[in-house]
Amino acid sequence: MFSIDILLNAVVTGILLGSVYASLALGLGITFGILHIPNIAHPTLVVAGAFFVYTLTQWELDPIVAALIGLVPFYILGVALYLFYSSVFERRGGANVLQSLTLFFGLSLVVEILLVLGFGSELKSVSAPYIGSSLKLGLLTIPYRLLIPALLGPAMIAAVWLYLSRTNSGTAIRAVAHEERALSIAGLNPASVKRHAFGIATATAVVAGAALIMVGPVEPFAGRYQIGRVFAIVVLAGMGSIPGSLVIAIAIGIAEALVASYLNPSWSPGVAFAVLLLGLASRPQGLFGAAR
Amino acid sequence: MSRNSALFLIGVAVVVALGFLMPWVLKNPFYFFAGYVVLQYVTIATGWNILGGYAGYINFGAAGFFGAGVYLSAFLFTTFGLPLPLCILAAAVFGAILGVLMGYLTLRIQGVYFAIATLGLVVVLETIVHNISALGGASGMAVYGPRPPSWSPGPSQYNFTVMLVIAAVSVALARFVEISWIGRGLRAVRASEDAAECSGVPTLRLKLLACALSGAVLAAAGAPYPFYTSFVEPVTAFSLIIGLNAIAMPLIGGTKSWAGPVLGALLLASVQQIATVTISSELNILFVGLVLIAFVAFAPGGIADLFGRRQGRARS
Amino acid sequence: MKTRREFHKLAVAAAAGLAAPAILGRKAFAQDKPIRVGASVSLTGPLASTKNGLIGYELWRDDVNAAGGLLGRKVELVIYDDQSSAANVPAIYSKLVDVDACDVLFSPYGANLSAPVMPFIKQRDLFMIGMFGLAGNDVAKHDKFFHSGPWGPNSGRDWARGFFDLAKAQGVAKIAIINADLEFSKNAAKGGAEVAKEYGMEVVFNQSYPPNTSDFSSIIRNINAADPDAIFIASYPADSTAIIRGVKEIGISDKVKLFGGAMIGPQYGALLGSLGPELNGLVNSHTFVPEPTMQTPAIKGFFDRYTPIAVKQGVEPLGFYIPPFYYVAGELAAAAIKGSNSVDPAKMAEFLHANTVDTIAGKIAFNEIGDWKERRVLMVQLRGIEGNDLEQFRSPGRQVILDPPSLKTGDLAAPYNKARTS
Repeated sequence: MFSIDILLNAVVTGILLGSVYASLALGLGITFGILHIPNIAHPTLVVAGAFFVYTLTQWELDPIVAALIGLVPFYILGVALYLFYSSVFERRGGANVLQSLTLFFGLSLVVEILLVLGFGSELKSVSAPYIGSSLKLGLLTIPYRLLIPALLGPAMIAAVWLYLSRTNSGTAIRAVAHEERALSIAGLNPASVKRHAFGIATATAVVAGAALIMVGPVEPFAGRYQIGRVFAIVVLAGMGSIPGSLVIAIAIGIAEALVASYLNPSWSPGVAFAVLLLGLASRPQGLFGAAR
Repeated sequence: MSRNSALFLIGVAVVVALGFLMPWVLKNPFYFFAGYVVLQYVTIATGWNILGGYAGYINFGAAGFFGAGVYLSAFLFTTFGLPLPLCILAAAVFGAILGVLMGYLTLRIQGVYFAIATLGLVVVLETIVHNISALGGASGMAVYGPRPPSWSPGPSQYNFTVMLVIAAVSVALARFVEISWIGRGLRAVRASEDAAECSGVPTLRLKLLACALSGAVLAAAGAPYPFYTSFVEPVTAFSLIIGLNAIAMPLIGGTKSWAGPVLGALLLASVQQIATVTISSELNILFVGLVLIAFVAFAPGGIADLFGRRQGRARS
Repeated sequence: MKTRREFHKLAVAAAAGLAAPAILGRKAFAQDKPIRVGASVSLTGPLASTKNGLIGYELWRDDVNAAGGLLGRKVELVIYDDQSSAANVPAIYSKLVDVDACDVLFSPYGANLSAPVMPFIKQRDLFMIGMFGLAGNDVAKHDKFFHSGPWGPNSGRDWARGFFDLAKAQGVAKIAIINADLEFSKNAAKGGAEVAKEYGMEVVFNQSYPPNTSDFSSIIRNINAADPDAIFIASYPADSTAIIRGVKEIGISDKVKLFGGAMIGPQYGALLGSLGPELNGLVNSHTFVPEPTMQTPAIKGFFDRYTPIAVKQGVEPLGFYIPPFYYVAGELAAAAIKGSNSVDPAKMAEFLHANTVDTIAGKIAFNEIGDWKERRVLMVQLRGIEGNDLEQFRSPGRQVILDPPSLKTGDLAAPYNKARTS
């Protein structure tokens, strides 16, 4: 049952899904990859972002516009989260892994339940003029439902990466991960730099949420199915390597699409983790990260 | 044997003896259904804590071990008619093997990476179960348990007693690990793995041992589950709730000593059991989430640390 | 402490061949106490969308009590939340029976949640009405268990047979089957494959996919490559949406005559509203639709009262699929209690086995393991849907009944592509 158009379409679908995964992982790439805060609540925040977008689209707003509006409240939410996190742990001289993981675990439960209480446990989806039709290019049929979010992801990743690598405050964020004390000697307050970074990371969740809800309907617990993927992406890319995460995300997307097409779709949930376990066992510092 | 250990063993023996007698005194089966769940969580929390608490290696994959125990025991019973004690033993051995495999991961990865890798274990095992037709896949597997032996009045009471014995053995095992050379070594690993290695602590062997013991206890906790629900299916066997409680209970109780997880499990599982038949709504999970955050933020040592300082000092 | 007295009663009861001591113990002094009906409902968790059934229970309770109760006693509901997890079910039913002393039990929703309670009611010999569990009693074969849902006998294999009857009439030779990796879907697909074989059809594609799959383009392409005449789909709401969208995006061969079968989702207002006209042409299973052959004053009255409550609670506003049968469960219990003039499980069961019961969902007769003697699963085709307004689904002609023949209100429009766009 081999044919070139199935292979081609599977690869393209994989690339598109991978780009969406990359936007889901971006916020974690900042909090976990750069700041070393294991924010396992990030996928749940993405779902919260999806619900924010859903709410605004009820007033006939385009999902992308809704996401842009959401950047500000989600940035503030992120800053608030960081303030809470640091007030809990910094005064004890840093968190141990168990405690911070558990804190974010509890946080994601709370967010999920608040979503259930606010929206019910049913699936929500958005409509936009471009959802439901597709672009035909020769053998390829590309649904706009995938294409638009897949373009949104890399655009956001590029913007964040440029910010981190070309601007002073972006450089400060990357520096804070390496040498906090040097940063304060240079006259910058590490805490406010981290707060800013956490705000940006959380703001990406609303754009990722828009991408997620455009691809398919979303329910309050949808974040759980993404935890594995986003961590696999961030860890395998090498902590903090933002362009690397796009490459890894697309590789995972393609691997999943090929497994679904040629083996059996029911094996595909294991793909991301199988890749992660193999990757960790062979190259713990990630594929694009520098060895520490 | 020290006096404390003698007291501990007597205590365990009394609890187990009560477990055999209670079903004949307390007539209402409901308490045994609810009690089973509480004891299951005592076992899970204790098993998790051997690795997570003593060695500081966080295992998000408790549900993977539990589910593996559930499915192995269900499979052995329905296919070969193995008696329950052998099913439990087999599950424990299997859990230990899985644990050792996981332990080899620690050679390469530590800290958060390890925690995330264990998350993968659940997904991979669940995916495998979905794709093995002998285990029923998503349709699940009906398990009609054995007749309870004559020393127990009914199946729910029998399951309860069996679970109590498993829990007692697990707690005794955890206490043994804690007070023996293994516990001392693991605490050194937890404090600083490099320093421990340099001062001659056999860290890999210790970690493998802790992983194996922890895995064995977690899988054994799952072994009687098919007989409790008479039915197994992947979603509940690998449920996130198991993984959540495995972490939340020791954390709330305290991770430093064996009493912490027991305390945390007794408390949280009882509250959950009562909540299921009283308030029963999303607020229930919200409550667990908030309690978890509150403990991490304000009482990181858990209940045992809040109330049991004096006891801890007396022992050491 | 009346432990000893209870122990004697237990011995007596066991000798008499009745093993329901907790209930018997209390019954003697309970003539004026309310009749308690116990059930577990999935108020939270993945199956929370079934909680609108509770409105059915409550309407029934109110009706019965307004009419003076049963045997002169009021009826009281005892409801717990199983959080959609089978792990909670054993303790809940033990609580219902041993602590709350319920006289009648309703099962949790569906086969996965009901499976844990079957050995329990068989061992304790209790009376239970089953809620939507496919083949729920086929293993336990308990003689005091009755389905409120219309799956019919041998339902594990046969409940979706209507789809294959239609396919056979269309001369379908090659069929594709896909299903979600979840209990209901998996069993539907397994049964479907057996029936297809029985009818001499070739299954050219048979795959399952994990829950929460959001992109079906590769699966749809693979199906197209297999070139089937009909596609049988057993899916859950999220995937139902994704599959229908995927077909619209990727397209499907003109040879496909029937599309659908066992999709969960297009029965609910949420999905009907969000997909609207995209659903045209779909042939899917249902339990009730407001077509002339099914509409009666009794069931219309039920929906007239259900809708305002559902809207207020923010649950499914149409409620065709589940709630009427939760009301039916109550009616069956009431008929058994009245008919046998007791709350004794054996007598109640005897009555239901011997008599046909008239309910808002029509007349129901049971076989020896409590299935409806006649399968009454509908295969409906969605047609003429315009816009996303939900009210249109309350009028006839939108969900045309193709099968069973006794309720038929129209003929299949085929092929799917034509029915989809017309």
